[in-house]
Amino acid sequence: MTTPTPRVIVPNTAAKGEIFQVKTIISHEMETGLRHDDQGNVIPRKIINKFVCSYNETVVFSVDLHEAISANPFFEFSLRATESGRLDFVWEEDGGAVYMLSHQFTVG
Amino acid sequence: MKSWTRREFGRLTGAALLTALNQPKARGQAKARVVVIGGGIGGATVARYLAASATAIEVTLVEPRQTYATCFFSNLYLTGLRSFESLSHGYEALAKQYGIIVIHESAVAIHPAAKTVALNNGSKLSYDRLVVAPGIAFRDRAIKGYDEAAMEIMPHAWNAGQQTRLLRQQLESMEDGGLFVLVAPPNPFRCPPAPYERASLVASYFQRRKPKAKILILDAKDSFNAQDLFQDAWNRHYPGMIEWLPAQFTGGVTAIDAKTRSVITAGATFKAAVANVIPAQMAGRLAQLAGLANRSGWCPVDPVTFESALQPGVHLVGDAIIGGDMPKSAFCANSQAKACAFAIAADLTGSARFPAHLFNTCYTYLAPDDAFSNAISFKPVDGKLKSVISFVSKVEESSEVRRQAARAAEGWYDAFTHDVFG
Repeated sequence: MTTPTPRVIVPNTAAKGEIFQVKTIISHEMETGLRHDDQGNVIPRKIINKFVCSYNETVVFSVDLHEAISANPFFEFSLRATESGRLDFVWEEDGGAVYMLSHQFTVG
Repeated sequence: MKSWTRREFGRLTGAALLTALNQPKARGQAKARVVVIGGGIGGATVARYLAASATAIEVTLVEPRQTYATCFFSNLYLTGLRSFESLSHGYEALAKQYGIIVIHESAVAIHPAAKTVALNNGSKLSYDRLVVAPGIAFRDRAIKGYDEAAMEIMPHAWNAGQQTRLLRQQLESMEDGGLFVLVAPPNPFRCPPAPYERASLVASYFQRRKPKAKILILDAKDSFNAQDLFQDAWNRHYPGMIEWLPAQFTGGVTAIDAKTRSVITAGATFKAAVANVIPAQMAGRLAQLAGLANRSGWCPVDPVTFESALQPGVHLVGDAIIGGDMPKSAFCANSQAKACAFAIAADLTGSARFPAHLFNTCYTYLAPDDAFSNAISFKPVDGKLKSVISFVSKVEESSEVRRQAARAAEGWYDAFTHDVFG
């Protein structure tokens, strides 16, 4: 089992009121839940089932994920720069694992 | 391998038939001259099949290199699984067994009106028909900073030779724990599965020698050839080692910095221990110079005769052409070359025409004992090359099926290169 790699691309600064792009992707070992092991047992599903982005601890973007979405989900969305602070990104995986990234952000 | 043998037999039968048809007509006449520029798979095959099938045609092959190293299977050399010599093929058999005049010079210009080719040494060759098999060139300034000097630091290794040797040396001297960054090109490009086969075999090498190393693929695309097969294999063989980032995430590679071995995308900069930068491609330089390529950078051709749509009397085969459904693979080049050779023979000698049967067969390694294959047939439909029947390996195949494919690939290589170089 290896540690997934969550990544974000987001600017470090923006003008107050400016709309900026956020891009995220996570590469992990996905299991569909439809495959069987050598003994014929179903290999448990392991997908990213939830993604949340918070801006200074307020949820600004949230997604519930199900089957038939890319193994390594990619999101691109827009936010409005209101104040300096922190963007937090959280990915939840089947089985209970949680992966996080934070990004300091300055509004000038 | 049985189907290969049958197909091979069919081609030989066709060749023998042509010879029989041609000989009576040729007696007492001056030989028609065909010049073939480029001794890669496409060019060498045209030369060989013309020389073997029509004694009334004098065939000259212009190729600056003394030996040709195949791009296919060069990922095996890159990762220590094959010698460079095993990829190298000379032109001696083409000259001795088939009477082809092999000239080791570069063609520098084509004069279609005068029907001559100018060589680097100042001499000129006259032709009745010309075949140009120029392969690929890299698009200028596709990636900022990626010039000739940068290629010596961050090799492309997309023409087998010194570049492949350089990348192998870099991978071997890289410290365990280093990051190998592979920049994958936009479509269309030479050998669609090859960047991902390369990542797979480098991962296999790292697993044996540098288990803490990582591979990052920065793609110019949002999806790639046989993606399901590759990603399944990466999870099975190299969990967590290979990360693939689509263009939609990075914004695409815009520049490199050779000094710091960094790859710069619209959204982020990635510093590599070893970087393999495969830039956007187009038809080889000579095709551009001679007006054989259109604005796409590739060469439009008639899908039956492979005659240029832009310059009558000039034929093109291989990676440089706009091949419709046919991928830019060596096997496609070989298949196009046979159709082209027979069409030229028919034109010059008045012999019967045969409908072209075009094929692709490729083997791709996911690990040294895990390979997948495809087999596709093509035919001209409304001026374009369309796929007719295709077989492609599936994700859930057993490891035994994949082991057999890896073994069959070795036989495929030997039979295929024998077909081209004799």
